[in-house]
Amino acid sequence: MHKTLRTRRIALLATAATTSLLLSACGGGSVSGSDVKAFTLTINDDNHIVQQELTALGKGSCAAQNKALPLKIQTLPIGNVDQKVQLLAGQNALPVQFAAGGTPQLTKTLDKAGQVLDLEKTLKDLGVWNDIQPAAVKTVENLYGKFNVMPYQFNIEGIWYNKKLFADHRIALPTTYDQLVAAAAKFKGAGVTPFAADGKDGWPLTRLVSGYLYRELGPDALQAVADGKAKLTDPAYVKAAQAIADLGKAGYFGKGVGSIDYDTAVQQFLTGKAAMFYMGSWELGDFNDKTKNRIGVDNVGFMPFPTVAGGKGSADQIPANVGLPVAVSAKSYTPKVGDWLSCITKNYGAASLKDQGTVSGFKPNGDTGTLPPLTRTVQDTITKTSTSTLWFEALFNTKATETSQTNAAPLVTGAISAKDFMTKVQTDLDNG
Amino acid sequence: MRSVLGDRRAIAVLLGPALLVYTLVMLVPMGWSLGYTFFKGNVIEGFTFGGFGNFEKLWHDPQAHSALWFTFKYGIAVSAGQVFCGYVLALLYVFVLRRSSAVVRTLVFFPVILPTVAVALMFQKLFAVAPQNGLANIALEGLGLHHGDWFAGAGGSFIVLVLMDVWRSMGFYGVLIFAGLLDIPDETLESARLDGATGWRLIRHIVLPLSAPVLLSSIVFSINGTLKVFDSVLALTNGGPGSDTTPLTLYMFRTAFSYGDYGYGSTIASLLTVVCLGVTLIIFRFSRRDLTKG
Repeated sequence: MHKTLRTRRIALLATAATTSLLLSACGGGSVSGSDVKAFTLTINDDNHIVQQELTALGKGSCAAQNKALPLKIQTLPIGNVDQKVQLLAGQNALPVQFAAGGTPQLTKTLDKAGQVLDLEKTLKDLGVWNDIQPAAVKTVENLYGKFNVMPYQFNIEGIWYNKKLFADHRIALPTTYDQLVAAAAKFKGAGVTPFAADGKDGWPLTRLVSGYLYRELGPDALQAVADGKAKLTDPAYVKAAQAIADLGKAGYFGKGVGSIDYDTAVQQFLTGKAAMFYMGSWELGDFNDKTKNRIGVDNVGFMPFPTVAGGKGSADQIPANVGLPVAVSAKSYTPKVGDWLSCITKNYGAASLKDQGTVSGFKPNGDTGTLPPLTRTVQDTITKTSTSTLWFEALFNTKATETSQTNAAPLVTGAISAKDFMTKVQTDLDNG
Repeated sequence: MRSVLGDRRAIAVLLGPALLVYTLVMLVPMGWSLGYTFFKGNVIEGFTFGGFGNFEKLWHDPQAHSALWFTFKYGIAVSAGQVFCGYVLALLYVFVLRRSSAVVRTLVFFPVILPTVAVALMFQKLFAVAPQNGLANIALEGLGLHHGDWFAGAGGSFIVLVLMDVWRSMGFYGVLIFAGLLDIPDETLESARLDGATGWRLIRHIVLPLSAPVLLSSIVFSINGTLKVFDSVLALTNGGPGSDTTPLTLYMFRTAFSYGDYGYGSTIASLLTVVCLGVTLIIFRFSRRDLTKG
């Protein structure tokens, strides 16, 4: 009898212990405001500017906020950010701040589920709403329907070129697409890689497709696709993909473009091995950095994507974005998080200009230091821009975005045709 | 002892916790995943019942067909490579190197313990054309052969992937089959030699039939491992170029976790389970025949 009781107790104890261990392991990491012990940020590892600037603010203007709620940054490869955000959102365990990811659609979904902080309301309540650049507010609203991300960057995109190489090879600055192709041909003939491009990530290549599309069909070209009024498989859209595929076919991206990553492409341009580089103004930090820029900051020029003969778009319609937007978790919001957001909104604009030489969506209050000429050029261009455009995947769903970016290198290496490229992306848009 | 094993309560105490752990860790998630196949949606937006919609979608999805084809192609190529190279290595250890094989075995086994990501990075550099030419291309060019970018097309990427996975796992199969070959009695080999069986004849008629059980185990291990390949593809090609080297596992992972479609992701996972089960059953069906009886 005594033995039976002991056996039963052991069995009960073992079962209880196992169950509790398993349940504790399986339990989600649900976060409430009172659990927030750090000002956490999950961001992709290739974006150094936001990480560096927030760290600098934590040691400088926002030192008090950092002491109350320490900044903690976690970096991930760019392709993993969306996955991690979705998984954490499913467990109500989003970090305080997180990169809004590769597609605005995910942020809209999270917002619908009540996971994203309404930043317009929050920043107005905190009394710092007027410290946001109106142009940045408009761009964020265009993308997300409302202002719900921190505009740590405000960028324009275009073709950066090596002035010395253009002068040495007596090539005039192209203003039309045909002239751009002719310039590329001259550079290739002279043994210089015409375009540095990151084919590994793909997006720098697909932005050339959208650049061509906007010049050919006007600034509503991709909105028409999003609204279902046009398809990427329409001849005019395929023509744009074909134009970029032709650049690859002619060898203007150099050899092995599919194996070249972002840093290598930057390095190619900044060491004078490539004449041109399509990129956003977030690269100003590297351009202004003497240790990275071996061609000299005075040798870097900026030209908008050139016009296409007979096209509806014009060169002053420049792609603009808020770089890597960062959303704030609604469920992690506390007064201490509010203190951080308030401090960032007041100080980030000037600090970003002074420390990184990059433009943000915050007004530059206070000392910005002496701005490098290239940064001034970008600021002037932003001021003069009346109509801005988006990037190729801005209005796509996650699957279409990934298909577009993973097939960009095969497009320019000739592994798939322009028609197949557009068909693949359109199929994902139709099924999304 | 008999009294303990005859006592139902004792059996429950001994097996209960393990059974509970197995049920919670394996059976519940499997059932859960199977349940997801009838739903659409994700953890953020919630789920709606979709009936057999996901299975219908799978039937018509060209990307799933392409992933299934790649999975089979990869499974056959890598399994053949792994087991063949492993067998050749084992023969080398037993019949050529004999007692001095320990050092070679250790060296060939070494890649098995290396992290997949490190091996993938090494192979990326070996076969790179940009920013610098890799050693493999330099060697090929030295022989007057020019290949170009291995990772630009489906064929080149597949070859590098197969080479990498065979290289990193053949040591394991070498050791596994080596252990099986050691079980062949020396007397049997000696008698065969006295009867005039040497070289290929000895292997064909004596060694191969007697090592059939371990060979079969190796094939089952290898096929099941390769059909579930994930990490090496992700690290070496990320499923590209395009989706040319995307196996079912990677397609399932992306569908569920990148595109947020848990229901369809689970349906792809079910397909993979059926494929693994089917292939294993086919192999066991063949294994019922006694190979030593001709």
